[in-house]
Amino acid sequence: MGKRIGMEASIAVAETVALCDVDVIAAYPITPQTHIVEHLSEIVADGELDAEFIPVESEHSAMSSCVGSSAAGARTFTATASQGLVLMHEINYIASALRLPIVMCVVDRSLSGPISIWNDHSDIMSERDTGWIQTFAENAQEAVDLTLHSFRVAEDLGVLLPVTFNLDGFILSHMIEPVILPEREEVERYLPNYEPKIRLDVDQPLTMGPVGVPAIYTEAKFAQEMALRDALPVIEKAWDEFEELFGRRYHPIETYRLEGADVALVTMGSIGETAMTYVDQARDAGIKVGLIRIRLWRPFPKKAFLEATKGIKGLAIVDRCASLGGVGGPVALELKGALYNQDHRPRVVEFQVGLGGRDVPVQDFDRMVQSTLAVIAGGPLPEPRFLQVRE
Amino acid sequence: MGAEDLLGVFSARLMKPSESVVSGHRACQGCGEVLAMRLIHKELGRNTIVCSATGCMEIISSSYPDTAWDVPWLHVAFENAAAVASGAEAAYKAMKRKKRFDPGKKVTFVGMGGDGGTADIGLQALSGALERGHDMIYVCYDNEAYMNTGIQRSSSTPLGAATTTSPAGKKSIGQKTWKKNITEIAAAHGIPYAATASPSYPFDLMEKARRAASTPGPCYLHVYACCPTGWRCASDLAIELGRLATQTCAFPIYEIFDGHKVRVNVKPERLRPLKDYLSSQGRFRHLDDETIGEVEARLRQWYERLLTREAQSGWDDESDGGQH
Repeated sequence: MGKRIGMEASIAVAETVALCDVDVIAAYPITPQTHIVEHLSEIVADGELDAEFIPVESEHSAMSSCVGSSAAGARTFTATASQGLVLMHEINYIASALRLPIVMCVVDRSLSGPISIWNDHSDIMSERDTGWIQTFAENAQEAVDLTLHSFRVAEDLGVLLPVTFNLDGFILSHMIEPVILPEREEVERYLPNYEPKIRLDVDQPLTMGPVGVPAIYTEAKFAQEMALRDALPVIEKAWDEFEELFGRRYHPIETYRLEGADVALVTMGSIGETAMTYVDQARDAGIKVGLIRIRLWRPFPKKAFLEATKGIKGLAIVDRCASLGGVGGPVALELKGALYNQDHRPRVVEFQVGLGGRDVPVQDFDRMVQSTLAVIAGGPLPEPRFLQVRE
Repeated sequence: MGAEDLLGVFSARLMKPSESVVSGHRACQGCGEVLAMRLIHKELGRNTIVCSATGCMEIISSSYPDTAWDVPWLHVAFENAAAVASGAEAAYKAMKRKKRFDPGKKVTFVGMGGDGGTADIGLQALSGALERGHDMIYVCYDNEAYMNTGIQRSSSTPLGAATTTSPAGKKSIGQKTWKKNITEIAAAHGIPYAATASPSYPFDLMEKARRAASTPGPCYLHVYACCPTGWRCASDLAIELGRLATQTCAFPIYEIFDGHKVRVNVKPERLRPLKDYLSSQGRFRHLDDETIGEVEARLRQWYERLLTREAQSGWDDESDGGQH
C-alpha cells in the first residue's frame, strides 16, 4: 500500500487515472475541472503515461472523441464540469447506448445563468437519465478510490457502460487532503487489461450506431435499462474486492449514526462530511438524527435506500440543484418516487440548498432537521424551498 | 501491390473488384452521393474505419438490422463525425505504440458527412480535427441542401436555388447567399491535401481518395453529389449534371496542397453557358436571365482566380500530368 501524502484532490485523480494506464484522454478546459486535465497532460508530456492526449476544441468534441476512441477499443478518460457537461449532453446518451466503457470525472459546478463557477449539482442532475453509472465522492481519498472503481466497473464485460464519478467543484476538487495513492501492482491486480469483445476492427467489420427503427428502439432502450440494473451487483462486488485489497469499504447507500434515529438527513457528495459533524453535535444534544449518504446515484439502489429508511419518521432531503417549476428537487423526487408504494413511508421535507457555491454550514443542517422534527410532530409540511434565500 | 497501386486507376478494368459499400442500401434512384461513396471506398479498401455523421448516407446504409458497410463503421451524431474519427485515430495510435495492434498495419480513418453536417453544424468539429493534425480523411458529400430532412437550405446551397426553407417567391430568388467554400476553409488550416471531386470524373475522384489515404495528416475531400430528389431533376442525370457543373464553372475540380499550391484538374476546352447546367433542375427554374448572368459572371471569376493561383503555384509542366 502506498504512503499517505498530502495532495490536491484533482491531482490525486489525475495520478490515479495515469496509474490506470489509459490510452486516450480527450478533454477541454473548464473550471473547476482544469487541474485534472492539466496534470494529466503534464504526465503525458513527461512520458510517464503512454497515452494520446487530444486537446479538443469543445466538450462536445471531447465526448465525441471519447466515443470514437472507446469504440476503437482504447481505455478512455475525460473530465468536465458545468457548461461543458451539458454541452456533451447529446453525446452522453449515445455513449451509453453504444455500451462504451468511457470513464468521466465530473467536477460538479452550477449552471449558467447567471454564470457561476462555484459548486452545486445542477450539472450532473441534467445527466441523470443518460444511462451512465454515476457515483459521488466526499473526499480526496474517495475520489481516488472511485477512479479505480469506475474503470473496473465500466470495463466489466457484464456491464460495458460509461461511468461518471463526481467531485464537488473547489470545495473538494481544489482541497489538499491526505490521500493514499495505490501502488501500480495493486492497480494491476484490481484492474485487468481492457480487452473488448467487439470494437472497430478491420479484420472483423461491424456497423455501430445504426438507425433504430420503431420495431427495435423500445428493445434497445430496454436492453440499456437491464444493463444498468444488472450493473448493480457488479458495482457492489467491485467494492467488495476493493475492500479486500485496500481495506476501505464503500456501499451504494451509506449511513451514519442511523440507529434509533427519528430523522435522517439525505445528502450526496462532500456536503456529507459537514452533515456528519452536525449529526455528532445533534446526537450529543439528544436529537435523534442520523445521515443517509447516496454514494451510487445511477443505477439508483432502491432496495438499499428503502432498507436504510426503515423506522425513520422523517427524511430531510438535501437537493443541491434547483429544479425549476416542478414539485421539488431531483433527489427529493427520486426518493419520494422510491418510497411512494411502500407501506411505511417517512414524511419527506426537502431543501434546495448550497446552490452556486453557497456554503452549507452545520447550522443549516440544524434548521433542516428542526423543520423536519416539527413535521413529524404533526406540524404543517413546508413547501419545497430554497432554504438559504436572503430576505 | 499491383500495377493500379503504383499508377492509379485510369481505366475501369483496373478498378479493384472489392466493394466496401455494398448493394441493397436505400438511397434514392440516381443518387450521386452513394455512387461517390462507393467509388471512394472501392479505392480505400478493407483497412478503413469510417465514422459517419447523421445524414442521407448514414440512414440509407445502416437501417438496423441491415448494413451496407463491409468495413468497420460508426455513426454517433450529426455534428461530430470529425471528432469521432479523430478519437478512433488517436486510439489506434496509442494501441499501436502499446503493441495491442500490429504497428505495421496501416489503417485509414475516414470521417464523413453531408454539406449540412460539414459546412454548418459540423464545421467546428471539422476545424478542430484538421487543426490537431490527425491522420485521417474527411469527406464531405455535398448535395447542396439538407436532403435527408426534406431539402432545407444549408450554407452550401448555391445562390438562387429553391429549397423548402429558401423557397422562390414573389419577393425571393430562393437561396440569397453565396455557396460557402469549405474546401478553401479546410485548406486554410494548412493541411497537406484538400480537393474537390465528383463521381462524374470517377478516376479523378478515386485518385484523390488514394492520394488522401497515402498522405500523412489530415486530408479533406469535397465531393459534389447530384441529388435528383432535392434538385428536382430526372434520376438519370447525376453523371451528366456533374460534368455540366464543372464545364460551367459551377463546381470546379481542383486540389490544394499544403494549404496554398493549387492544381486545377479538369479544364474544359470551352466553358459552357451556366444555363446548360441549370435548365434541367427544377430548383433553378424560377431564375431570370439577369440573375443567371450575374451568377455565371461570379462563377467564371472564381474559376479564373483558380487558374491564376495554379499558375502562381510554381508547378513545372512535367509534373502537371494526369489532367483530364
